Amino acid sequence: MTVNFIIAAAFFIATLLFIYGLKRMASPVTAPSGIRVAGWGMVLAVAASFLYAFDVREAAADNLGMNLFLALVALGIGVGWAWRSGKKVAMTGMPQMVALYNGMGGGAAAAIAAVELYSGNAQHYGFAVTVLALLGGLIGAVALSGSIVAWAKLDGRLNKTIRFGAQQLVNGGLLAFAVLLSIYVLAVGDGGTPDMAITLFFLVSLVLGILLTTPIGGADMPVVISLYNAFTGLAVAFEGFVLQNPAMIIAGTVVGSAGTLLTFLMAKAMNRSVSNVIFSNFGAEDDGGSDIEGSMKSVEASDAAINMYYGSRVIIVPGYGLAVAQAQHKLYEFVKLLQKQGVDVSFAIHPVAGRMPGHMNVLLAEAGIPYDIIHDLEDINEEFPLADAALVIGANDVVNPAARSNTSSPIYGMPILNVDQAQQAFVVKRGQGKGYSGVENELFFADNTSMVYGDAQKVMVEMIEAIKSLG
Amino acid sequence: MDATTAITGFVALYIFMLAAFTGYEIIGRVPAILHTPLMSGSNFVHGIVVVGAIWALLNAGTPLEQTIGFIGVVLGAGNAAGGYVVTDRMLDMFKTSDKQE
Repeated sequence: MTVNFIIAAAFFIATLLFIYGLKRMASPVTAPSGIRVAGWGMVLAVAASFLYAFDVREAAADNLGMNLFLALVALGIGVGWAWRSGKKVAMTGMPQMVALYNGMGGGAAAAIAAVELYSGNAQHYGFAVTVLALLGGLIGAVALSGSIVAWAKLDGRLNKTIRFGAQQLVNGGLLAFAVLLSIYVLAVGDGGTPDMAITLFFLVSLVLGILLTTPIGGADMPVVISLYNAFTGLAVAFEGFVLQNPAMIIAGTVVGSAGTLLTFLMAKAMNRSVSNVIFSNFGAEDDGGSDIEGSMKSVEASDAAINMYYGSRVIIVPGYGLAVAQAQHKLYEFVKLLQKQGVDVSFAIHPVAGRMPGHMNVLLAEAGIPYDIIHDLEDINEEFPLADAALVIGANDVVNPAARSNTSSPIYGMPILNVDQAQQAFVVKRGQGKGYSGVENELFFADNTSMVYGDAQKVMVEMIEAIKSLG
Repeated sequence: MDATTAITGFVALYIFMLAAFTGYEIIGRVPAILHTPLMSGSNFVHGIVVVGAIWALLNAGTPLEQTIGFIGVVLGAGNAAGGYVVTDRMLDMFKTSDKQE
């Protein structure tokens, strides 16, 4: 049995565990074991990869001791830092951490491409391998710098949306330049390593990733993160072809196609095309300035609470504002009081609630809210007319009826939760401001809507007290 | 680079195609409530790139290649470990009504 056979067998098992693990992630019941199965696959693959030391290139033979040491140190730094940061991050900060870890993967793929190109190894194996190395390098570098920009935006470190007139043209020019450099590297081919051109190629790719991401607004970041996740998967797959590593090819391709699917699902939920997200300036335009007739009515938190307490069916629509106010736990306390009284309570989640798809589910799960009372838009939208009351907390655009009726509204056509069809809607809101898209919300002016002004956490405490005082 | 795992030409294309459909089928069935853990879980899976980075570093012949390889391993390891930790944390929180304490 050769060392190479052991490595190949280990990678085979690791790949099997990845796919089996991902499959188990299709249900909340089996998902925790799924990620652990995949985790063991990763441990096995990494351990096996150190067996590569038995069969290194001649040029590296003298460095082997040093390289092994460097690999262990690098592994320690990467795992140590990521493990600690991953344990520490708050659930609200999850999207930016996912973006950051994803960017690191893209960077690693680009690093592999760089080593293979600088060493002339890729060129040595011929035209196709060189093309794949370059392609993986470009995509990986774009995913790295783009994800870092996405992380900075979501983390509030970069608030400006930087746009300039000929941005599309500049990006196109950069891409063309990267392609030209690639052609040059390919033309030199085996026997030469045009270091200068390779360095320029990676620099141009990194700048392209930054310029592609800076014009995209915060609301669209989920789509972008998902897209870069798919990019990194593809880059990993391409570098897997270069290194002849089937585990990288399969894992990368699976993630690439899964990420692409997820990106399209998400863009669809926002009623936009993927190219529209990347190339247009959402949120920059003013809404048509259409004035809405009627006025907003406000109600005390305690009155709203008692109204819901005597209802038989209540649907709660949480938005990101709920998590920002850290009010999930108080909300669940309130829900339990209602349930004790026999009120049928369910949660309605819009596909883009939170800062990435499914983010709101995670935030509710954190508060211990069971997922069997949480429903998707398609499952629950029919039930709003049957509800005595709908409670909207920290959500705005996703309940705006203008998306159904007002063709001039920028959010027209977006699927929304039909809160306006409930007998009575209570909207918990800090003030009279507009939503993320800058559009006025017709729901707030409707006859059957009452506004409860105040910080979500405070409002929930008042509601709980109101019910407890009933005895 | 070994005969037991040589992947070239059409074999490579077949693997690419089948893996792409596998990803599509597996993810297409995941309910929306799991989309965030799913994204970070698939993010974790492409952390396998660390294996390639280790290969590149072990085979580095010049200080430049060593430096880039080192960075690659740090980044790849961060991708894998970070993706795992956040996914595991999120999935641990999902509970049903009857499983409550």
